[in-house]
Amino acid sequence: MRIIDTQEVSACVYRLATKACRTLTQSCRAALAETQKKETGAAEFALSCILENERCALREQMPVCQDTGMAVVFLELGQEVSLVGAPLAEAVNDGVRHAYADGFFRKSICDPLSRRNTGDNTPAHLHTEIVEGDKISVTFLPKGFGSENMSALKMLTPAEGEEGILSFITETVKKAGSRPCPPMYVGVGVGSSFDGCALLAKKALLREVGSRNPRADVARIEEEALARINALGIGAQGFGGKVTALGVSCEVAPTHIAGLPVAVNIQCHCVRCEKEVLE
Amino acid sequence: MKRLTLPLSPAEVAILHAGDAVLLSGKVYTARDCAHKRMFECLDRGESLPFPIENAVIYYAGPCPAPAGKACGSCGPTTSARMDPYAPRLLDLGLGGMIGKGEPGEETVAALKRHKKIYFAAIGGAGATYGNAVKKMRCVAFPDLLSEAIYEMEIEECPLVVGVDANGESVYRRS
Repeated sequence: MRIIDTQEVSACVYRLATKACRTLTQSCRAALAETQKKETGAAEFALSCILENERCALREQMPVCQDTGMAVVFLELGQEVSLVGAPLAEAVNDGVRHAYADGFFRKSICDPLSRRNTGDNTPAHLHTEIVEGDKISVTFLPKGFGSENMSALKMLTPAEGEEGILSFITETVKKAGSRPCPPMYVGVGVGSSFDGCALLAKKALLREVGSRNPRADVARIEEEALARINALGIGAQGFGGKVTALGVSCEVAPTHIAGLPVAVNIQCHCVRCEKEVLE
Repeated sequence: MKRLTLPLSPAEVAILHAGDAVLLSGKVYTARDCAHKRMFECLDRGESLPFPIENAVIYYAGPCPAPAGKACGSCGPTTSARMDPYAPRLLDLGLGGMIGKGEPGEETVAALKRHKKIYFAAIGGAGATYGNAVKKMRCVAFPDLLSEAIYEMEIEECPLVVGVDANGESVYRRS
């Protein structure tokens, strides 16, 4: 049994949020640099601006993108950990609140109906999973909504199979067009339930850009979906080009015999995600 | 790359073509979803808009707060298509153009063509670059909307692409 004060979780969320909003992931940066080499004209200009922007953010200690997102936090909580201190969700929100205030990050969370801003970017969207062990792994994903808005979910029938999955992914990206800040990163969830497949799609976005699912049949879907998306020709910022998506990551989970849920969660080219393990 | 300063003259507008990269300076007003909704409420009540609309340029953006020593925080564009319900009427009232990201809808493109105005595409996600290009900023309306309020900004050499030109030609591929 290991005792961890939730204050440590709070401090960890603070560190991760501060770093995540100011940097791209290494795999995203590498994919953008590769993409720039392939493009010409306005798309190439957009990619050079995007890469220069990250250098500017680092130099000026500013957020890479003004949409510092909804704070999506994944906690993998070892079952041998005993938490003490403030309630866990409160501790996570506290980390978010202080990071967004101190970092001069935008507060983008509001009531869905009155549209009144909560003023401190809380509440965080917290996913907690109990796992084996005596550690806590904390992942912070500041999720921008230009891309989140273009995401979609569909309950396919088993008869639609792999082709149905591929068509739905491609259609969703085509419909999104220039709006989600392409070149995008596409997270796909296949299986589970209505809510479960959406979470799988979000979790797929935590993987490194360009990584492949270890299951060969899933990796094949990732590769085929990426080829079809890039054949759309939307390109960086919608200016036309060879690369519309930097990558497609797909996660699967068992589903019901009657169903085939598919969720497509779109991430813009600004892939920001930081992780730390408390031990 | 062309260097331009707002407001643009008809002659400057005429030589811009979709896909051209430019460095834009001058005065712009930020407005996004909530600010547009409130501006329309002003119009519906017969009141005047919070800033002179004639030849003004709206930047679809909601900045991060400004840290000490800076005029503005990170400030990239937001998705222009969400403002499609508002843009044609504002162009009809004399709006001088917009800056945003992504392809505007057909009615907005038609209004740009009708009034010979330009839609500039800012590079989405390049918030640090655009924030640094803001030299002065002041809130002119709706401060309770925080980042969604209307700010008057002096921008300097913002890298932009002509998204839709005065002939209605667009840099975006038709899907």
